[in-house]
Amino acid sequence: MREPDRPFDAPWQAQVFAMTVALNEAGQLDWSRWAEALGTQLADQSEVSNDAYYSAWLAAFETVLLEDGIADAGQVSDLTAQWHAAARATPHGQPIELGNA
Amino acid sequence: MRALETILVGKGLVDPAAVDLIIDTYENKVGPRNGAQVVARAWTEADFAQALRDDATTAIESMGFAGRQAEHMEVLWNTPDTHNMVVCTLCSCYPWAVLGLPPVWYKSAPYRSRAVSEPRKVLSEFGVTLPESTKVKVWDSTAEVRYLVIPVRPEGTEGWSAEALADLVTRDSMIGTGLAKEPVT
Repeated sequence: MREPDRPFDAPWQAQVFAMTVALNEAGQLDWSRWAEALGTQLADQSEVSNDAYYSAWLAAFETVLLEDGIADAGQVSDLTAQWHAAARATPHGQPIELGNA
Repeated sequence: MRALETILVGKGLVDPAAVDLIIDTYENKVGPRNGAQVVARAWTEADFAQALRDDATTAIESMGFAGRQAEHMEVLWNTPDTHNMVVCTLCSCYPWAVLGLPPVWYKSAPYRSRAVSEPRKVLSEFGVTLPESTKVKVWDSTAEVRYLVIPVRPEGTEGWSAEALADLVTRDSMIGTGLAKEPVT
């Protein structure tokens, strides 16, 4: 049950965490609602790691955004495809930008 | 994740600079040293201890440690008779302002269930063995209420400065899965 004290193991974990907090501070996400959404995703998770925890966090975040109508599913999948294309089109070591695709 | 970010930034709901600032805060600025200062002050200043009892949220804010989600803070005083420990059975609610982000074990399913079902066993795995006569109370955090445990002040620290005392206060002792460190003599 011991591990080094790092809040995040990868930049994407920090990013999704901070976006959630920022959305809450912008008055767009009630924290009790958030706790419930995260709790639902964590309920059937047995793996103990930041990777698993923030994967659940990300799934909860997407669910909340879709349910509250902040994002719509089509837009999310279109942009996801664009980012994947950009990642493929970007030479290794360069920053990935949507315009690269 | 990038897709969600693009949408939120594009709609003006999330400012990328604010996101970077939040990351920096939780990676570099906020951590259990904040809570240790609160505990050391509670041990050394009777007025501050009383202020914590009356309204922990305000007393802690007066030290510059404010919660981000307007959560209510409560302090739990450990004594030789009662040992308090904290869990969030639903998800991972935790007093960020005073402890930073929770360790992985705090967020894990085993801790979230076993802290309630077999707290003494969990404590023993953290190296904490309490006398049978000490009651163990487990507190379930929520989005609205977060707890900070004030561990028992170690013997032999009479006359110590708050600064020196703060070094004895570990993160786990403020969750209730540990005790304050004994002074090295």
